[in-house]
Amino acid sequence: MTFRRGDRVIYDNVSIEVPKGKITAVMGPSGIGKTTLLRLIGGQLLPDSGDILFDNTSVVSMSRGELYAARRRMSMLFQSGALFTDMTVGDNVAFPLKEHTRLSDDIIDTIVALKLQAVGLRGAVNMMPSELSGGMARRAALARSIALDPDLIMYDEPFAGQDPISMGVLVKLIRELNDALDVTSIVVTHDVTEVLTIADYIYILADKRIIGKGTPDDIRNSDSALVQQFLNGEADGPVPFHYPAPPLKDSLLGEGS
Amino acid sequence: MNLFQHIGRETIGKVAAIGRAGLMLFGALASLPKLKNVYLTVRQIYVVGVQSLLIIVVSGLFIGMVMALQGYTILVDYGAEGSLGPMVALSLLRELGPVVTALLFAGRAGSALTAEIGLMKATEQLSSLEMMAVDPLRRVVAPRFWAGMISMPALAVIFSAVGILGGHLVGVDWLGVDAGSYWSLMQSTVEWEKDVINGVIKSLVFALVVTWIAIFKGYDSIPTSEGISKATTETVVFSSLAVLGLDFVLTALMFGIE
Repeated sequence: MTFRRGDRVIYDNVSIEVPKGKITAVMGPSGIGKTTLLRLIGGQLLPDSGDILFDNTSVVSMSRGELYAARRRMSMLFQSGALFTDMTVGDNVAFPLKEHTRLSDDIIDTIVALKLQAVGLRGAVNMMPSELSGGMARRAALARSIALDPDLIMYDEPFAGQDPISMGVLVKLIRELNDALDVTSIVVTHDVTEVLTIADYIYILADKRIIGKGTPDDIRNSDSALVQQFLNGEADGPVPFHYPAPPLKDSLLGEGS
Repeated sequence: MNLFQHIGRETIGKVAAIGRAGLMLFGALASLPKLKNVYLTVRQIYVVGVQSLLIIVVSGLFIGMVMALQGYTILVDYGAEGSLGPMVALSLLRELGPVVTALLFAGRAGSALTAEIGLMKATEQLSSLEMMAVDPLRRVVAPRFWAGMISMPALAVIFSAVGILGGHLVGVDWLGVDAGSYWSLMQSTVEWEKDVINGVIKSLVFALVVTWIAIFKGYDSIPTSEGISKATTETVVFSSLAVLGLDFVLTALMFGIE
């Protein structure tokens, strides 16, 4: 699959396989287009060439109706949570149920309570999103994204900007939800340590392509300099510290001095 | 050469934006409204219509009062102060009602629509609707559009009515114009189709333009603080200019060419 934004190639012949019922992590430096990858899977963007298969059906060639039907089986946890700010937490979780099912209000209330219980926020059902801390907002959004019992959950940077406690909570939730609901999870992140503990399979993207893949152990023992730089957080290496620029001496003293 | 390149690029950009705006409106309206969306539209009518009532009523009252005052000082020199009623009513129904309402609506409700939709985009609420298989055009854009189309003509009518009462307050109650001539001359001069209906048609056109610009600017904004602030400003500027320009065209069509 190849994807360009304008003239800039974001992905060049990248192939990723996400096994069913497992947690697959996609890691890579910031700005590599990891969120773009999730949007491609969700059919919000179309690749320039290649194909994206969801449950053996091509997302690329789906009609609008088919795409919307497929999206009911996938859900995405946005980096900001993307809760609707004019609704309470409970209404947010109930939203997909009210849109896509004909369940009675009593049953919806029960489902909402169960989903919020799963993320530990049943007590916050009547709070507004603005009253929640960042970690709570993300958990509320997680409850909303599992409301319809999807087959696939995509997490966009679930750990970014979280304190160690809420980070631990989220790690635990992602693992438990994956096992309890038997869903397929894709976690896009650059938090190395967290991912190595929960992922079943890891892809590392850099420079428009996959630079490393395998189980957490494969990745830890990888002999690729690029992968090691990423894992150990070294400032300089195959991914250079400096954004390409003419030599400093030339810039300061003028060309040819 | 650079100047020509710049002009060309700007023109293509503008044309493309008009195309996107058309597609957005088509996507929002090319579906039968669902019962659920009626509820959403009613809620938006409350937000953009009912909550604009205060500014519309106060402005209408004062504009009617000022017009009566100005009209009286001119008409009294010719002993024609009895025609104050038709003067106030015709100016309000034909011009000031629809135009000033549209300008106030652009500032009060249009800017709010742009900022709201822009922030929904910036906070990924629109994307998350899409990922939940809910079309944001139908869920977010369409109710706001219909709310604008329904609210603005109603607000313009209220504006004119309050203005006529304001004119009565100053002209009749304060300056002593005969109440009978204020009302009866108004009744015999103002024509239902020519004046009232034309005013409502103007108002409908302005509602379409202002609401469309406001929603599109929000939907098409660059989702950063700077982008949303720019989009909000553009909403007010573009829709005000469009209203004033269109008002001339509509007036020429309705009253100018006999």
